[in-house]
Amino acid sequence: MSVLRAGDLSVRFRPRALTVGAACLAVAAALAVVAIGSGDFPLTPAQVVEILLGGGAPSDAFIVKELRLPRVVTGLAVGAALGLGGAVFQSLVRNPLGSPDILGFTQGASSGVLVTIVVFGGGGAAVAFGAIGGGIVTGLVIMALTGRHGLHGQRLILIGIGIAAILTGVNGYLLTQAQIIDAARAFLWLAGSLNGRGWSDVVPLLIALALIVPFLVLAAARPMRMLEMGDDAAQGLGIGVERVRMGVLVAAVLAIALAAAAAGPVNFVALVAPQLARRLTRAPGPNLVPSMLMGAALLMAADLIGQRAFAGTQLPVGVVTGLIGGGYLVWLLVTERKSGRI
Amino acid sequence: MTDARLSGEKLTLAYDKRTIAQNLTVAIPDGSFTVIVGPNACGKSTLLRALSRVLTPKDGAVLLDGERISAWPAKRLARTLGLLPQSSIAPDGITVTDLVARGRYPHQGLLRQWSREDERVVAESMDATGVGALADRYVDELSGGQRQRVWIAMALAQQTPILLLDEPTTFLDIAHQIEVLDLCADLHEQGRTVVAVLHDLNHAARYATHLVALHDGRLVAEGAPGDVVTAELVESVFGMPCRVIDDPETGTPLVVPAARRKAVA
Ligand SMILES: Nc1ncnc2c1ncn2[C@@H]1O[C@H](COP(=O)(O)OP(=O)(O)O)[C@@H](O)[C@H]1O
Ligand SMILES: [Mg+2]
Repeated sequence: MSVLRAGDLSVRFRPRALTVGAACLAVAAALAVVAIGSGDFPLTPAQVVEILLGGGAPSDAFIVKELRLPRVVTGLAVGAALGLGGAVFQSLVRNPLGSPDILGFTQGASSGVLVTIVVFGGGGAAVAFGAIGGGIVTGLVIMALTGRHGLHGQRLILIGIGIAAILTGVNGYLLTQAQIIDAARAFLWLAGSLNGRGWSDVVPLLIALALIVPFLVLAAARPMRMLEMGDDAAQGLGIGVERVRMGVLVAAVLAIALAAAAAGPVNFVALVAPQLARRLTRAPGPNLVPSMLMGAALLMAADLIGQRAFAGTQLPVGVVTGLIGGGYLVWLLVTERKSGRI
Repeated sequence: MTDARLSGEKLTLAYDKRTIAQNLTVAIPDGSFTVIVGPNACGKSTLLRALSRVLTPKDGAVLLDGERISAWPAKRLARTLGLLPQSSIAPDGITVTDLVARGRYPHQGLLRQWSREDERVVAESMDATGVGALADRYVDELSGGQRQRVWIAMALAQQTPILLLDEPTTFLDIAHQIEVLDLCADLHEQGRTVVAVLHDLNHAARYATHLVALHDGRLVAEGAPGDVVTAELVESVFGMPCRVIDDPETGTPLVVPAARRKAVA
């Protein structure tokens, strides 16, 4: 831990966490530049950077700024939101399996989106509200089922896994009820893809992040760290336990739901990013900023793999994270089992 | 009756619909080392949680400095009254110094994250509890006794004039139990009001200046250990026949359980 002091003011930070955060940011930015440069009209990274800084030929600038940038910004924002939301959930639940995609929040947001598309034929902002509604309803159902046992422990995880399974069934049912055109749109969305994303898809998420990130990082991170020691200990240190828990939960559900609205259900980034970040920073606590930047880097990497790795076909980013993340989940379950935590 | 900054007036304590205590009135004398004793599940932790505002009473009120504790601002309360809960979770991969430093939370703010005062108090708290040499070790690698002393150091770093400890000696071997109790006695001598839940009646009788005996959520006796600890009380509260003799070391009451059968030789 290092300290910066000026008079009565002091700020404390871990140099290692700072390095990890900076590295993730650099990787995410580099991948973003590569992603913008790739496609039917390839551009070198130097050209991309020049255009982003305001230079370059107008036709190239059009391709970069209007066609490719929205997709990449969507990817970065979705990854950041998933990493951040995942870090909040895992910290609150006090278990690495307490991730929103395991607990059913991602699935619940998907149900909200599908209801919006299939039942109401809505798009754009309506999809965003549908996702938020789905996420919040999922949260309320989980809270009702866990009751006084609270939002932590094995019980919550088992209930969450059950809810996730049920919601997956609900989502399948909703698809069968869709008109052909809506069904095609819904299918496309459900794969979790960045294809064809425009500014209108990502703006709700960007606005939400602009509010959520300062709230979580500046106001909530320190109380959350205290909460990890148990409710009684946190309360003894002057934390308003229920208020903090509700506040950060709502913020995390918003982030997860809007990420799902923007890109479809992209699984496992919320599970993996905080854990990778923690392994690298070796710091206790929610590791919010490193998790967020790690999420952005992971999502960009997964999207590039989906675009490039398989000649002739492009895989949606949700399929790539599903394949890689599923493997990680198996590994996690085995190690958690060995250490007797589940 | 002596002055009491902290007291519970006619408390009804309950979890959901399960009532643990009714009409319970208890005062913590200022500057005392108060020990709460009673059989398992009689409500000791519940009372301590209510006294520290972790649990809101269904009825009645906890008063601190004459004011309802529920009206105290959270951080100010946490600078006045510290709680070591019966079970806390050491976050994965946290070092001893980092855990103890968390006790400083109520003294900190967004732009006052780590003052020189914080640094000094954390170092002092670790020295006082004898964990200074463990500073950079990971908490999950420590023995039970070491870990317990780290938690006490954290509570100490909170620098509160009143300290509530729920079973600080559980899981410790006899030598470490005495070590922790001596530490509590030191804290008490330095002027703090210490309240502890203890399991061992003899430890309670030896260290307490004020003893509170609970049974089924009712206060059955309180006062100096010499007055409270009698064979009749122990039998009625714990349901165990015994004799009470003088502790040869300190002269305080010593509970000797009655033998069911005489010694073999
Ligand atoms: N969080 C809780 N929810 C419901 N019941 C509880 C809770 N905590 C304790 N109890 C119950 O309250 C009673 C008193 O518990 P407690 O105060 O912990 O006893 P003690 O500390 O004296 O052993 C017990 O019967 C226990 O089962
Ligand atoms: Mg107890």
